[in-house]
Amino acid sequence: MVATRQITPRDGDVMILVGTTKGAFLLRSNAARKRFELGGPHFAGQSIYSLTLDQRGGNRRLYAGGSSDHFGPVLYTSDDLGKSWSDRERMAVRFPDDAGAALARIWQIVPGREPGKVYCGVEPAALFESNDSGESWSLVRGLWDHPHRPQWQPGGGGLCLHTVIPDAVHPGRVFVAISTGGVYRTDDGGATWQVRNVGVRAEFMPDKHPEFGQCVHKIVQHPTFPERLFLQNHWGLYRSEDAADSWQDIANGVPSDFGFAMTMHPHDPETVYIVPIESDGFRCTPEGKLRVYRTCDAGLSWEPLTRGLPQENALETVLRDGMGADDLNPAGIYFGTRSGKVYGSPDGGASWSVIADGLPPVLCVKAVVIGDPLKVRVPRPAARAKAKAPAKGRVKAKAVAKPKRAKAKSSAKPKSAKAKSSPKPKRAKAKPRATASRAKRKSAGAKKKR
Amino acid sequence: MRVVFFIPGFLRQWTEGKSRVELEGRPATVADALTLLWERHPGVRDRVVTEQGSVRPHVNVFVGPESIRFTGGLATPLEGDCEVSIVPAVSGG
Repeated sequence: MVATRQITPRDGDVMILVGTTKGAFLLRSNAARKRFELGGPHFAGQSIYSLTLDQRGGNRRLYAGGSSDHFGPVLYTSDDLGKSWSDRERMAVRFPDDAGAALARIWQIVPGREPGKVYCGVEPAALFESNDSGESWSLVRGLWDHPHRPQWQPGGGGLCLHTVIPDAVHPGRVFVAISTGGVYRTDDGGATWQVRNVGVRAEFMPDKHPEFGQCVHKIVQHPTFPERLFLQNHWGLYRSEDAADSWQDIANGVPSDFGFAMTMHPHDPETVYIVPIESDGFRCTPEGKLRVYRTCDAGLSWEPLTRGLPQENALETVLRDGMGADDLNPAGIYFGTRSGKVYGSPDGGASWSVIADGLPPVLCVKAVVIGDPLKVRVPRPAARAKAKAPAKGRVKAKAVAKPKRAKAKSSAKPKSAKAKSSPKPKRAKAKPRATASRAKRKSAGAKKKR
Repeated sequence: MRVVFFIPGFLRQWTEGKSRVELEGRPATVADALTLLWERHPGVRDRVVTEQGSVRPHVNVFVGPESIRFTGGLATPLEGDCEVSIVPAVSGG
């Protein structure tokens, strides 16, 4: 068995958590994010669909959702940044006897709002919660007993609950996304769940706008604008300004509105990153070009980010959890491909480089700053200052005319006028965690632009 | 009656490193025999069967040379001394 290489992250370092089909890899760098040291593989041979570092309350607990093809899924935890991992005799995340289901995969691990609260999104589609930092888990019955559940259907990756967003401001509110089922929201801590798919199409159904059954690939929310969410669909890019009550098409100038990955900028609630994929039939980057697309105006326009990314013969795929951002300023953006490469940008996407190569197919990428990101000073080489300028004017000039769409789109609504007329969302009054103050302080420049 | 279990490498962290576990008892079926195994080594259970008690799809259990998939599954009867092998299937991985 291959030896596991250990890394030793220190306060102020950036860690990239990379889950692959054959193990987890942990990378570290200092705040410059120029060179990354590669650690791993952890859990060699297991597919790692989910990784999370929870640093609340002065603790540092790493979670890994592993799965041996032979011996089943396991939730691992580490309290020493990956040097050692727990492995319990009895699986902690398990369906109760009367549920009649067996855990197949842990797709998402997300800290909740309350101290010690952690959520797991799993396959078959279900939500688990822990109130003791992952020591014990229980099935969220309100969602499991939802009358829609028997009609949810598996997508290409299985019937999975792959995204969990505990609302940053409203207590008891949680969003989940299910492939295929769509978006559901609870406002009462999980007791009841409302389907929230109005405006999101389902190209693979006779009725393109069913109440539920959409194959939502990812949703993201910025904690300072909790009413606004962005959604990458199985065909379709959307934004909601009313906490997912309705969704508007924002596929303005992307080469394809099919894709999986979507990442929120940590400090700017109008900036989102995606990696368009050509189609569901050919799940590779369009035209052989590996392009991250970024909007800096909440989806009114998208610009391709290509500096340092291959622009020919790059038939890559970035999966739904394959992209992440760190909390430094400027923010680092990272993504991993099915071909085993991990790219990083220390300047919000302006320039990219390969930070790991030759890995097994990448399933998930998370970026975290060890300790308090506000205490970290990012060195700014002269060359980077030039590359960092977002250049908004250039964005629209470069925007491509029409997104590639699926053929059947009779029910698709016109988008540009609607998108442009969308109201500014109300900024949250409460400041969620440290992020609100951080965003206010650090994205002052971005706010002025708007 | 003596039952000998052969344990694959991945699971030996749960059997104190042993590849061969020998237990005394009178199990009537493979399910009974496996229950004896995880009474002694509880960590093996969730790796071999799901929380609902089914043998995982890519784990094979043999009694002597016969896979229990073709002899009645967990209800396969046991008689006299026997050897039970737990083997990761070629289909996984």
